[in-house]
Amino acid sequence: MANPKKVIALPTTPQGQPWEPVHTPARFRNPLSKYRVYRSESKCIKCGKCVELCPYGVFTKAGKYLRKPKSYLCLGFECQKKPFYCVANCPAQALRVHQHPVYNTLGDCRWNGDLLLSTWWQAEWGNLPYTDVEYRTGGSGGGFDRLRFLFPPRRGGAKIDHRDISLGVDLNRRGDGRPQIRVGVPWYGGGMSFGSVSINTIISRVQAAKNFNTLVSTGEGGYPEELYPYDDHMVTQVATGLFGVREDTLQRVRMIEFKYAQGAKPGLGGHLLGDKVTPAVARMRESVTGSALFSPFPFHSVYSVEDHKKHIDWMKEINPRALISVKVSTPTDVDMVAVGSYYAGAHVVQLDGSYGGTGAAPDIAKKNIAMPIEYAIPKVHQFLKAEGIREEVTLVASGGIRSAFDVAKAIALGADLVQIGTADLVALECLRCHNCESGRGCARGIATTDPELVDLMTISYGAARISNLYYAWSWQLKEILGLLGLRSIRELVGRTDLLIHLDYFDKAVDDDVRERA
Amino acid sequence: MPAKYHIHVRQVPPRFSPLAKSTIIDWAEGCLRCATCVKEQCPVDAYRKRGFDRSQFVDTIDEMCRDCYRCVQGCPRELIFKAANPQYRQMGDAYWTPEILATTWYQAETGKIPVSGAGYGGPFAGPGFDSFWTDMSEIVRPTRDGIHGREYISTSVDLGRKPMFLTFDSNGELTWPSPPLLELPLPIILAEPPFAASPGGMQDIIIQAAGNLETLAILSRNRLGPVPEETAARLMPSYTAGSLDLDDPLLSQLRTLEILDHPEVLEQIEAVKRRYPKLIVSLKVPADGKVVERVAELTAAGAEVIHIFASEQARGLGDSQDLHLKDLIRRCHLRLVEDRLRDTVTLLVSGGLALAEHVAKAIICGADAVIVDLPLLLALECRLCRSCAKGGKCPVEIETLTVKRGAQRVINLIGAWNNQLLEIMGAMGMREVRRLRGEVGRAMFIEDLEKEIFAPLFANREVETIKREPN
Repeated sequence: MANPKKVIALPTTPQGQPWEPVHTPARFRNPLSKYRVYRSESKCIKCGKCVELCPYGVFTKAGKYLRKPKSYLCLGFECQKKPFYCVANCPAQALRVHQHPVYNTLGDCRWNGDLLLSTWWQAEWGNLPYTDVEYRTGGSGGGFDRLRFLFPPRRGGAKIDHRDISLGVDLNRRGDGRPQIRVGVPWYGGGMSFGSVSINTIISRVQAAKNFNTLVSTGEGGYPEELYPYDDHMVTQVATGLFGVREDTLQRVRMIEFKYAQGAKPGLGGHLLGDKVTPAVARMRESVTGSALFSPFPFHSVYSVEDHKKHIDWMKEINPRALISVKVSTPTDVDMVAVGSYYAGAHVVQLDGSYGGTGAAPDIAKKNIAMPIEYAIPKVHQFLKAEGIREEVTLVASGGIRSAFDVAKAIALGADLVQIGTADLVALECLRCHNCESGRGCARGIATTDPELVDLMTISYGAARISNLYYAWSWQLKEILGLLGLRSIRELVGRTDLLIHLDYFDKAVDDDVRERA
Repeated sequence: MPAKYHIHVRQVPPRFSPLAKSTIIDWAEGCLRCATCVKEQCPVDAYRKRGFDRSQFVDTIDEMCRDCYRCVQGCPRELIFKAANPQYRQMGDAYWTPEILATTWYQAETGKIPVSGAGYGGPFAGPGFDSFWTDMSEIVRPTRDGIHGREYISTSVDLGRKPMFLTFDSNGELTWPSPPLLELPLPIILAEPPFAASPGGMQDIIIQAAGNLETLAILSRNRLGPVPEETAARLMPSYTAGSLDLDDPLLSQLRTLEILDHPEVLEQIEAVKRRYPKLIVSLKVPADGKVVERVAELTAAGAEVIHIFASEQARGLGDSQDLHLKDLIRRCHLRLVEDRLRDTVTLLVSGGLALAEHVAKAIICGADAVIVDLPLLLALECRLCRSCAKGGKCPVEIETLTVKRGAQRVINLIGAWNNQLLEIMGAMGMREVRRLRGEVGRAMFIEDLEKEIFAPLFANREVETIKREPN
């Protein structure tokens, strides 16, 4: 049954204390897996040998009774070489290990089955899987998925201790007298509005953000009262519809995010599905019943950098202690847009690619409009450098950052830090069915506001899962930096020399950071 | 401003259960008969509503399933699985993928733009039309809100020869009659697919849809039956060198026709024009190795409309097989620009245009309008098994489909496509599809992005041997 399991976990870590992973298993009874361990009930003689042999805990006993094998813990076909391989050792030949039929149905090109499974693993345990499930890249065949780090050979004992490596990033680089925000990790949570995701999801994200001293954006959908206790970790968004934007919400936060465009629907406004265009709505909007509608795009008060500056000045006036972030998509002249935003007074320029988003977006827009984020980052980074203003802008990449390796690659391409969204949802056991927008919303209780579905997930579970993922990511980033001989994430910015692209490199490269047995 | 062009879409449910990407497998053996079965908790109640489609031997649960995996993950005995559906993967071919088929069916059923949550999950890039991205506007350039209807985006195109200048006599009158011009409200012309279970029915469906959409239907003259006068205006019959008979009474009712290119085609056109001066003649030219030269030559000789046709997979023909239609269009367009003749002629393209974005992208590469054929057959639930081409039975019984129903599905598909064209143009800030033509500056080609951005960073780099040995 699909009832959420209660998690014995502290909801949040007391301020200042680093998060330690808390084992937070799947909410659903059978965790999805790459391999399936099958035990024939008729052949099994209940000798318990498998329980003794398997070091991964696939087999467990309850008294004399053997529990159902925990397939997701199984090492898979690699185990055939091991002396403790259960299938070979079972005296009754009652065991089989095969690829799970479900595995081939999981995910898509960007978030393939492996990346989903490894992210779920990290969210459950706070470390990397020991199996052959890929945790660094997906299967899109380009961009991040073709970039690799080139680590120098490991020298015994030369590795930098994790405690000596810093992941912190300052967001205010303008030196304009406004307060500094230093985030503890090189990422923060991207805007997912109340409405697109449940309040439990939002609070889970912000609690994890608090645990790692970073931020979460509200998205365009208002600032629910439940978030007031977390004001210092919130970014509030001002978007074209101005939904839920009030003076007092703008004054609560340390950073305000202007959304000019979003990567999932570049150049388009919000999308109201045809089902929701009732005769009354259609009459109001002078449109046709049942035809999909689009909310305004762009800001009709902004058609120049001067207008843009006016907007930013207005926000700065309303909240004198806030930093201003500008979220844009990736057109041909994305570099000019970034420079314009700097001169308009933005502290943070955020480039949003098309691989993210929970809301409904036309497939044609996601696939075809605007350039991939992987090209936009170095283009903007180099242009800002040539303009002599790179040091004063904080460059954020978003819309397609799925793993710790994506974070590191985006930074090596030229970003200062990244924004993430979907990865948080995957930590909550999203399996990317792409149905977030339809009907009652997410059937797994993540991206929905349906009361019954929202109850599928508790905040303590959500906060722990996301925090575990963040812990695993921090560990990997430190490992990457350590292997590269860097002591701070700041030293990685723009270091494309540490990356290779498989299209241009013909030797075998392995940037696995796990210590292999 | 002309009245807003609107395509009237209307839901037309499929007659056959569409094949689903994955399928539910549930075993009865070992079932514990739990007090509350996971099947009862299905969020879309698929287990209660499931049926069995006897005509196709499929369980209808798969078309209702929304892939939440709650039953798979909830059953205490792990008796429920989801597995990839081999029937789905086997549909179509490498170019006409199952995904193209499924999205075409959806649009033909609903007339709606396909929309989904959770970002783009497809490959980074691909060949042909998947190797470039279209531009958008933000902050410093306005976008256009076309679909919402607050701003008017014109999708009209003209078919015909356009003189570069006019000459007037001493009375201020034009010294020669202006050539005929045909305005279509959308840059999409419908054409008969190369095969269909019921070719006659397919023609009727295309004629009716073309009439409703106010566009043209390209049909082979050989297979065309008697034509009522009111439909003749919507026809663009296709002729080969020998099949064009100047005494054919149909010619006097037509506004336009198409002739397959042949060595004496210019003389033949002249003869047609002498007798029927109001007829617009389109020349159908294969996208082979000589296409650029031929297009330039015909345009210089005064061609009004040229239809460049490529293979079903949007590849060139003959010695141009390695080239994609998009590159062939770009070459023809550029050549005509260099010859300072581009604006005089209308370029139509066909072959492998499978998705809504292909319309916008073919136009960006330099076409004035596109000709769509196979997707019209797919709109009728065709699974591209090509059984009909070999004289076999159609699994979705297209021969029994009524013209009205079929035409509405075609209208729905083109309605959804046209709305998607508006989206692409709106994001770019374009107000007219005429201005989209050849606007490669508002597109981003992967070869250019690689050359400008990735190659300087990653190509020919002196990498020291600091690589870790793979263990």
